[in-house]
Amino acid sequence: MASYKATRIPSFPRLGEKVTQDTLYWRNYKTPVQIKEFGAVTKIDFSPLSPHNYAVTASTRIHIYGPYSQEPVKSFTRFKDTAYSGTFRSDGQLLVAGSEEALIRLFDVSGRVALREYTGHSKAVHFTDFSADRFHILSGSDDYTCRLWDIPSSAEVSRYSEHTDYVRCGTPSRLNPDVFITGSYDHTVKVFDSRKERSVMTMDHGQPVESVLLFPSEGLLVSAGGRYVKVWDMLKGGQVLVSLKNHHKTVTCLCMSSTGQRLLSGSLDRHVKVYSTTTYKVVHNFDYAASILSIALAPNDDSIIAGMTNGVLSVKHKKHPEDRKMVGGTSRHRPAYRVFVKGKNYMPKQDDFLVRKREKAHLKQYDKELKRFQVSKALDSVLKPHVRLKTPEVTVAVIQELNRRGTLKNALAGRDEKGLSILLSFLIRNVVDSRFAPILLTVAEMVLDIYMKVVGQSAVVDKQILKLQELVEKEIDYQQELMEVLGMMDTLFATMTAKKEP
Amino acid sequence: MYRWQSGLWRLIDPGPGWIFASLIHLFVQFLLCASGDAVHVYSTSTEERVHVLQGHVDLVTGLRLNSSNHLQVYSCSLDGTVKLWDFTDGILIKTYIVGHKIFSLYVSKFHEGTVFIILPMESKAFQLVALHLPKTTGPEVEARDILSVLRDVSPIPKATSFGRGGEFVASASGLQLSVYFFRKQKTYRFSLKANDKKGARNRFTCVASHPNDDCIATGHEDGKIRLWRNFSQKKEYTYSTEHWHHSAVNALHFTPEGTELLSGGVESVLVLWRYGAGSKKDFVPRLGSAIEHISVSPDGSLYCTSHKDNKIVVMKSSRDISAIIQGLVKGVTDLLIDPRTKALVCNGKPGHLQFFSLRHDKQLYNLDIVQQEYIHEAGLHQCEVTKAAIDAQGSWLATVEERQENPEELDIILKLWAYDESTQSFHLNTSISMAHEGQISAMCFSGDAEATMLVTTGRDGHFKAWLLADHPDAQGEGASWSCDYVGSYHRREPTRCCFSADGSLLAVGFGEVVTVWSPSTWELLVTFSQPPGDIRDLCFGRLSCSKYLLGTTTKNLLCCWNLLTCSLEWSSTVDVILLQPDPLSENMAAFSRASGSTDLFVFKPSEPRPLFSQKAVCSGTVRRAVFAPREEVLEGCDESTQWLSCSRLYFLTEHMELMTFSTKSEEDQIIASSKQLVIDDSVAVTPFYLLLGKHRKSQRETQDSVSSHTAARIQLPQGSPAIRELLHTPAHVLPSASFLCNMFVNSLLISKCREEEMGSEEEEEAEEQESEGEMEASVSAQGPAVQGFQTEPTPQLSKAQERELRKLQKADFSWLSSLLDS
Repeated sequence: MASYKATRIPSFPRLGEKVTQDTLYWRNYKTPVQIKEFGAVTKIDFSPLSPHNYAVTASTRIHIYGPYSQEPVKSFTRFKDTAYSGTFRSDGQLLVAGSEEALIRLFDVSGRVALREYTGHSKAVHFTDFSADRFHILSGSDDYTCRLWDIPSSAEVSRYSEHTDYVRCGTPSRLNPDVFITGSYDHTVKVFDSRKERSVMTMDHGQPVESVLLFPSEGLLVSAGGRYVKVWDMLKGGQVLVSLKNHHKTVTCLCMSSTGQRLLSGSLDRHVKVYSTTTYKVVHNFDYAASILSIALAPNDDSIIAGMTNGVLSVKHKKHPEDRKMVGGTSRHRPAYRVFVKGKNYMPKQDDFLVRKREKAHLKQYDKELKRFQVSKALDSVLKPHVRLKTPEVTVAVIQELNRRGTLKNALAGRDEKGLSILLSFLIRNVVDSRFAPILLTVAEMVLDIYMKVVGQSAVVDKQILKLQELVEKEIDYQQELMEVLGMMDTLFATMTAKKEP
Repeated sequence: MYRWQSGLWRLIDPGPGWIFASLIHLFVQFLLCASGDAVHVYSTSTEERVHVLQGHVDLVTGLRLNSSNHLQVYSCSLDGTVKLWDFTDGILIKTYIVGHKIFSLYVSKFHEGTVFIILPMESKAFQLVALHLPKTTGPEVEARDILSVLRDVSPIPKATSFGRGGEFVASASGLQLSVYFFRKQKTYRFSLKANDKKGARNRFTCVASHPNDDCIATGHEDGKIRLWRNFSQKKEYTYSTEHWHHSAVNALHFTPEGTELLSGGVESVLVLWRYGAGSKKDFVPRLGSAIEHISVSPDGSLYCTSHKDNKIVVMKSSRDISAIIQGLVKGVTDLLIDPRTKALVCNGKPGHLQFFSLRHDKQLYNLDIVQQEYIHEAGLHQCEVTKAAIDAQGSWLATVEERQENPEELDIILKLWAYDESTQSFHLNTSISMAHEGQISAMCFSGDAEATMLVTTGRDGHFKAWLLADHPDAQGEGASWSCDYVGSYHRREPTRCCFSADGSLLAVGFGEVVTVWSPSTWELLVTFSQPPGDIRDLCFGRLSCSKYLLGTTTKNLLCCWNLLTCSLEWSSTVDVILLQPDPLSENMAAFSRASGSTDLFVFKPSEPRPLFSQKAVCSGTVRRAVFAPREEVLEGCDESTQWLSCSRLYFLTEHMELMTFSTKSEEDQIIASSKQLVIDDSVAVTPFYLLLGKHRKSQRETQDSVSSHTAARIQLPQGSPAIRELLHTPAHVLPSASFLCNMFVNSLLISKCREEEMGSEEEEEAEEQESEGEMEASVSAQGPAVQGFQTEPTPQLSKAQERELRKLQKADFSWLSSLLDS
C-alpha cells in the first residue's frame, strides 16, 4: 500500500534582497582594507598606466599607492594648506593638484618637487585636470572662475568667469581637447569650448553641483548635487534624461564602471549606489562606515576605493578565482567514477526476464522513529547538536508533526536534567524566531506544565527557565513597540490618502 | 448500476455503491458487495463490475453463499425477503418472503435447507432464528417456518458467527457472549465486566469462530482480541487476550484453514495473527482508511477488506495488493470539473483530491495535497482540504487546507499546483501558509487566459488577489505566486467572490453588499445592495448575458443586476441555496429549498422566466452542483431538455448521493451499454479447467481465426463501424489482443492490389474511349489477360511500370481523334 510519507520540512522564503547577477558581481570583493589618512579624502584618481597606482588627495598631502600596497609608494607633501584634486595626466607621467592656497601645482610622478606652479586664482582651487591634448591644465576655483593654462609656459590661456558661485567640479572631454565641463555651486553645469569666448551650453541642476561625469561616448553627462543625480543628454542640447533621487544626503562623487554599464554614486549618507545605465535603477548598494567624499574604480573594476570624511580610505579588491584555489589546496580524494556506475550500466538482453529490486526509500532517523511511533526518540534525534543548531527548521518540523499527532506532550515528558536543559536551550535560541514562534510557544507552555514540579531542583534548569522568561518578556515589549510604530504609520498613510482624493 | 427515479433525473452511484459497502463476500473470481438495496458483483482480476443483483427494495443486510451450490448466494434485506441468486449470471432464482425485517443472515453446512436470520423481537431486542426454506417451486415462496435459536442477540452481522462447520453458534451482544450448541441444544453465556481496573472497555464488537477448532475470537471496543476456549463448560472456560489495536476492533475473520486470524480497525492496518503462535503477527499497514469488513476467499488465496472511504482492497495471501475498487469518496469541497480530463474533482482520501471520471464511473487518481503521513486515530485534528479551484485551462489548481485544533490555533495553507504536461499531473508550485488570518471562505480564478489571477476571501475581512510573478533575476527559481492586492470594504467580512467570464470584473460579496472591482486597477467600480439578507451566492452571466450579475441572499431573494445601467433588472423571492452557471451557455441552475425537498430552476439571466423547472429533485438539500461539459453537443433535444445539450448538470445531495439529469436518448444508450457487459468465461478456474480449457481455447481460436478470415474480408467495405464496435466493447469481454490485432490491422488496410486493379481498369476504359471501334480486337484480346492478372497470387507492378502507365494515362491523345476526324 501507500508508503510512509516523510515529514515535510517547510521551506521559508528567504528574506531581504533578492540575489541578482549584480549583487553577485558586486559582492565578489574581498573584505575592505582600511588605510588611515590625515584628513578627509577628497579625491582618488587612478593612473592610466599599469600597474594602476592611485593618487589619494587628503588634507595637505597627495599619496600615491600601488594597487596592493598598504603604504604609499610616493607622497607629495609640499602643500602649505589643503590640497585638492590630485589628477594624473593621460600618460601617467604628470600629476596636477589644486590647493587652498589658490595655487596649482604640477608634479612629475617620479619626482618630488613641483615642476611648475600656476598662480592666478585668487581663492582655493578645488578642481584641476588635464585637457585631452595633454598640453593644457583646466582649473576651477572658489573665485568663481575657471581657467585654462598652458603647461610648459605656465601661462593662463583663457579665463571664464560665467559662474556666479564656487566652481567645485569639472571634467575635460576625452575626445575633444577644446571642450570641458564645469559644475558650480550656482546650481549650473556649463560646457565650455576654448575656441569660444563664452560657454556653449548651460544646464540647471537645481542644487549646488558636487560632481560631474561624462559617459565614455560623451553623449551623456551626469551631474550630482544635493540629493539628486541627473543625467543630461548632450546631443539634445542639455535636456534632462533622468533624475535619480536615491540618496538621502548630498551626493558627493560619481564614478563609472569600466564597461560603462554601471554608474556609482557616493553620498554623505554613507551609501554607494550602483545604477544600471540602461534602466537607471539601483541594482546594488554598498554601505560604508562614514560619509563618502570620493570614490574610484580601478580599470577592469579590480578594486573599489572610497574615501571618507573621517580620513579612512577603504580599498576593496576583487576576488580572483585563482585565490580560492590557493585556499582550497588539497582536495579530498573521491571514489573513482566506476564505483558509482557499478552494475548500473548493464543492459539487459532482449529475452531477459527483469526482476527489479524494490527501491527502498531512504528515511531520516527521525522519520524512522516517527514511523514506529517512537515519539520521544524522534524528538531526541532532532535535538542532537548538529540538527538543532544547523537546521532548526527540521527540529521545528518534527515538533509540529508530533503536535499534529497529538503526542507532543508524551515526547516532551520524562526527560532528565541534561535532556531538559538541551530542550530549554533550543527554546531560548529559537522561540522568538517569527517562523517558529507559534509552535515553540506551545512547546514552552507544555514544558513548564510538565516540569513545574521539579523547578528548584537543578540550578542549570532554573537559570534557563529564568532566561526564557526574560526573553519572552523582552519580545513582548518589542512587539508592542512595533505595533505602536505600525499604528503611527497607519495614521500617516491615512492622512496621505485623504489628501489625494479631493 | 443506475437507479431510475420517476421522470428525467437519475442517480449515479459509482464504484462500490455510494451507500457504503455494508457487506462483502469474496470468491476467487468474484467479489460480492452489498450496497444499498443492491448487490454488486465485481471481477477480482479486472476490478470491473460484472453484475448488479437488483430486486430488494430496502437495504440489503445479509449475504451468504449457498452451502450446497457454490454458484448461488442468499441475500436478505430489511424488506423482509430472502433471495437466492445465481451471481455468475446475475439471475434471481427464488424469493422467500419472511414478512419481518431481517437484520442478518447466516448459512451453515450442518443445516441444509435452513438459513439463520436475525429478526426483531418486541421491546427493541433481536433474536436469531432458523428459517426452514420450503422446497416448493415458483419464484416467490412464503417462508413462515421459524424456530428460535438464540434470544437477545445483536443485530450487527459481525457479532454472530457459526463455528466448526455449524456445530455451534456464537453471538455477542453488549458485554455478553452466548454460545449455542446445536447437538446439545444448550446455551452457555459468558459475561465480562463493564470496566476492568485499567479502564478497559470490554464491550464486544465482533465475533469470529475458528473453522475446525473449538475457538472463538472476539474483538472489543478497547482494541483487545480475546480467544475463547473450553466454552462448552459453564465454569471452566478460558480465554487469552491479545492487544495490538489502539481502538475498537472492527472486523475479525479466520482464514479457511484456520491458520491465521485477520483483524482490522480504525488504524487501517490489517493484522494477521498466527493461530496458536501466541502474539506473533504480521501487518499490512497504510491501507488508507478504517477497515470495516474483512473477507477471505474459500481457498484462502485472496483477502479482501472494505474500507470506510468507499473502497475495497483485494490482496493476495502474500500481502500484495492485487486490486482496488474505489468509488467516489464523500468530501466537503466544491465539485469541480477538470477541463483537461473532464473529470469531477472533489475531496478524496483524507488530504487528497480525487479525480473521478464521470464518463467511466471510475476514479482516475488521487492527488496528494497535504503531503503528510495520515495518522488513523479517532479524535485527532487532521489537515483537511476545504477548498479547491481550477482555472479555465486546467493548468492551475489552487487548494486550501485547514487544521484547527482550537479556536486560536488555525493552520491554513494555500497551495497552488501547476499542471505538468510531461508527467500529466499537477505539481506543487507555491505553498502559502496563513494566506489569511481567518478561514478562507471563497476562492476563484479569473477567466483571463493571459494573466491568471486567483482571488481568495477570508474571514479576516480581506480579499486577496494572487498573481503569478516571474522573478527573472532570482537564481534557480521559477515563477511563483505572490500577493498582488489586499482589499477590504468597511471592515465587513467577504463571503463570496466571482470573476466575470472575461476576467475584467471581480464581484465580491461583503455581507449584504456586492462590490464590483476592476482587477487591472483595483478600483472599486460600483456597489449593489439589496437588504436585508447577506449575499449567499454570486455569479456573472455568460456569453450574451454577460452584462448581468446574479446574486442570491439569505432572505429568499434572487437578484439580477444590470452592469451597464448599474441597476436592479429583476428580482424574485426564491430561497435559492445554490446557484450554478453553465460555462458553455447562458443558462443558470438554481436549487431552492421547499419543505423538505429541493426544487431546481434553470433560467437565463436575461429573462426571469425559467426555461425548465423540476419540483422535488431530491429529498433534503443539495450540497453542491456542477455543470460538466459534454464531449459532443447532444442533437435533437426538445425544448425542455435544450439546456442539457452542451453540458450536463451533476449535483450532490445531503445524503452524499450524486445525481444527474439525462435525456431520453441517453437512457436508451445506457441500457444498451449495460447489456453488453456480459462475461462469457465465468467458470471457476480449477486445475481441470486449466488443463483442458487452454487446449480447447487454442483449438477454438484456430477455428475462429480461420472463420474470421473470411468474416474480416466481408466486413472490409464497412470497416469503420466494425472498428467502432471493437473499440467500444469493454476490454475484458474481448478475445486476446494478439488475436484481435491481426483482424484490426486488416480492417484498416485497403489492399494495394485492389487499387491497382481499379487503376488499370480505368486505364482500359480511357483507352477504349479514345480508340473506340478501331482497336476492338486488341481490347478483346486484353480482356482475358486482365482477368488473369486479377487471379494472380502476387499482383505486383514494378515502380517503373507504374510510372509508365501513369504517363500514358496523362498523355494527350487528342491528336489521334483529330486525325481520325479528318
